[in-house]
Amino acid sequence: MGPDTILAARPATFDAAASMLARASADGQTVRLRGGGTKLDWGATGPESRIEVCTARLARVVEHNTGDLTAVLEAGVRLADAQERFAAAGQMLALDPPLTGAGSSEPDATIGGIVASGDSGPLAHRYGAPRDLVLGMTVALSDGTIAQSGGKVIKNVAGYDLAKLFAGSFGTLGLILSVNVRLHPLPVATATAFGADGDPGALATAARALAAAPLELDALDIAWRSGRGGVLARCCGAEAVKRAHRAAGVIQAAGLDEVDVTDEDDALWERQRGRQRSRDNALVRVSARPSALGELLRASERCGATVVGRAARGVSYVEVDPDAVAGFLAELPAGASRVLHDAPAEVRAAIDPWGVQDGPALELMRRIKARFDPAGACNPGLFVGGI
Amino acid sequence: MSASALLSRLAAVCGEEYVLTHPHALATYASDGLAQYHQTPLAVARPGSVDEVHGVVRACFEAGVPWVARGAGTGLSGGALPVAEGVLIALSRLRRILSVDLDDGAIVVEPGVTNLAISRAVSPTHFFPPDPSSQIVCSIGGNVAENSGGAHCFKYGFTTNYVTGLEVVLSDGTVVELSDDAPGYDLLGAFVGSEGTLGVATRISLRVVPVPESVRTLVAFFEDTSAAGDAVTAIVSAGIVPGAIEMMDRLSIRAAEAATHAGYRLDAGAALIVELDGPEEECTARFDHVMEMCSQAGARDVRVAQSEAERALIWKTRRAAFAAMGRIAPAYYVQDGVIPRTRLSEVLARIDELSAEYGLQVANVFHAGDGNLHPLVCYDSARAGEPERAEELAGLIVKACVEAGGSITGEHGVGVDKKRYMPAMFSEPDLEAFQRLRCAFDPHGLANPGKVMPTPRLCGEVPGPYREHPLERAGVAERF
Repeated sequence: MGPDTILAARPATFDAAASMLARASADGQTVRLRGGGTKLDWGATGPESRIEVCTARLARVVEHNTGDLTAVLEAGVRLADAQERFAAAGQMLALDPPLTGAGSSEPDATIGGIVASGDSGPLAHRYGAPRDLVLGMTVALSDGTIAQSGGKVIKNVAGYDLAKLFAGSFGTLGLILSVNVRLHPLPVATATAFGADGDPGALATAARALAAAPLELDALDIAWRSGRGGVLARCCGAEAVKRAHRAAGVIQAAGLDEVDVTDEDDALWERQRGRQRSRDNALVRVSARPSALGELLRASERCGATVVGRAARGVSYVEVDPDAVAGFLAELPAGASRVLHDAPAEVRAAIDPWGVQDGPALELMRRIKARFDPAGACNPGLFVGGI
Repeated sequence: MSASALLSRLAAVCGEEYVLTHPHALATYASDGLAQYHQTPLAVARPGSVDEVHGVVRACFEAGVPWVARGAGTGLSGGALPVAEGVLIALSRLRRILSVDLDDGAIVVEPGVTNLAISRAVSPTHFFPPDPSSQIVCSIGGNVAENSGGAHCFKYGFTTNYVTGLEVVLSDGTVVELSDDAPGYDLLGAFVGSEGTLGVATRISLRVVPVPESVRTLVAFFEDTSAAGDAVTAIVSAGIVPGAIEMMDRLSIRAAEAATHAGYRLDAGAALIVELDGPEEECTARFDHVMEMCSQAGARDVRVAQSEAERALIWKTRRAAFAAMGRIAPAYYVQDGVIPRTRLSEVLARIDELSAEYGLQVANVFHAGDGNLHPLVCYDSARAGEPERAEELAGLIVKACVEAGGSITGEHGVGVDKKRYMPAMFSEPDLEAFQRLRCAFDPHGLANPGKVMPTPRLCGEVPGPYREHPLERAGVAERF
């Protein structure tokens, strides 16, 4: 809750949530929408809202259709709780972002918050971002409308894909009430091949070779810290260990050191995930061509930054000292985009977290905001271009 | 701008020979793959470059004339049906592959490039997974508009999962670059599958993936579709995600076998094609398990492709299923519905009931992994009233899909053909929310009007976004 919050609401039904939004916007009030509160600092600092609507009591797993590998989750369901339930049926939602906030140890991240922020983890290599796993969505708009889009089946092209529009929209179009998701089988076994090197170019070469190999990796990550880095390739399936040994062969052939395979790899990946957050420094998410990886690692090294990322997707999470952020941003590879996630207040005040320039795309986004939230009630000022 | 002024402007943009107005020339474009709908446009413009597309759209905007973009015209929902007083923009001349960068797993193409040409351009190491059965001729621009799937989407996903960037011309002529990972709203995700109603894509960036190392294919024959459905359930429940898993029923087997002579068993009530692809060791380990599960579900006969030629033959029969229906009936109506896979037996039983009630044969071909049914409703146009009854029956099948928790379309799109079924799936507030998106992109309703939405709607003016008043900020005044 912000210092000026006068009302913190925790609606228990869709209707209650929608009517709160409607009432607030009719009164000319703005509303801060939130889930588990693990990413509240992300985005730009907008005007303080006096009303907060939290999804904590919208926390039912409405459906888990084991035979169809689908589920319907209310927005406030903690992903950790949902995964536990899916795992009992040998299934998972293939979405593994960090579940805690920077500096916290509680896995409070909710499915609504994860989808609204578009956050993901190492499994994004194979399964993509939340937008790729969400089949349908129910949302509340600021005029009180409750609208559904998509469906509950894994294949469906009826109507506009509003779920994709709301995924990553940071609650600026309305409140996500529930999401319909596609599930995947939980792997029967996993194994990870890894190798290390002090040369960013060598790591990039190894990552490229792994991306091109027909190994069907579930995750392909890089890590970099203090002049040395590693590449990690995770295989999942009945023959995970055999395949990981082949991946190790690819890494070896690329000339990396300390090449090995482990089938007790959960901690390795937990560490990769954990380094997508920073308590004391700035955390910048960079999206660039995969082939710019070497260049990005070199720029990070010059700025004393540490990096984890999805080598083949071109997504990197760079932790950099607050004083070095501006210098690092100036060294990004051509064509890269970046978003500031965690950062101390002074960095946040000095640098636009989004870095989106005016142009036709931003203009179109403003028109979308104006159509879905004409009152400007939902999370004002938080998003790109002051949306 | 008068119609003749618009035509001169189009000719100035594209060149005289690329603006068609003669009735015979226009007739070619009156229908897409769904021939029961036809409409002659005012003109057909065939721009030869991205700049010319911009010019055509701009000219239409200034004339206040609607337009419809068309790729190869293979769509099955009337999505590329022209508008009477509008311009049809045919993109077939825009077929350049602009760049291929396999290090980044990326290819950039113009919208008229065929789906198959993309996989060819990145072969032999990579491929583009969405593979609609029209892939030899259908264009990527059309795939983007329809969010096309195909036989491999249970494992690999749809077009939307592979588009990384688009250059789009909006209906006012503005050119917008959309990217899958740029900060901001996922405009790209909203655009893919919007059936040409939000604008026209003029440059398309795609992700391609490594060709699987190993492919193992079998066809299993069952007593009936219910037993084959049990095999699918067993396979999926075992955590196996086949590259493709396709089912044909008795009638479609009979028609397709007559066309291909591939050796499908004519006494079988269902054929199930299962294809595993991926790393060698994984395929081998899983394939034996799949064969076992087919047998346990009661397969009478399981045939494994021993060579690429045998694999091709198994697929040839599946791919021939639609066209081969001509051997059974003079005409047929292809339906496209989706159900939760676990409701298969129940929905097929309902289709059988409807078929008996209407006295019309229905053959079933489906993408069994994702519950996408393609019932083929057979009829004879020479018999009075039969086409109408076939259409009615096809409509009831779609409704049965929705009632089972599914969708009115899995891959063919809504277009004009299915817009009347949209209210079965979406409430008025849902449709109203769709319209908000539409109006943000195309406030004048010029891009492919009359498609997707069940009733014509106009875009109202948007009230200005709420802005804090300076007095409010200073705490001097409050809003009530």
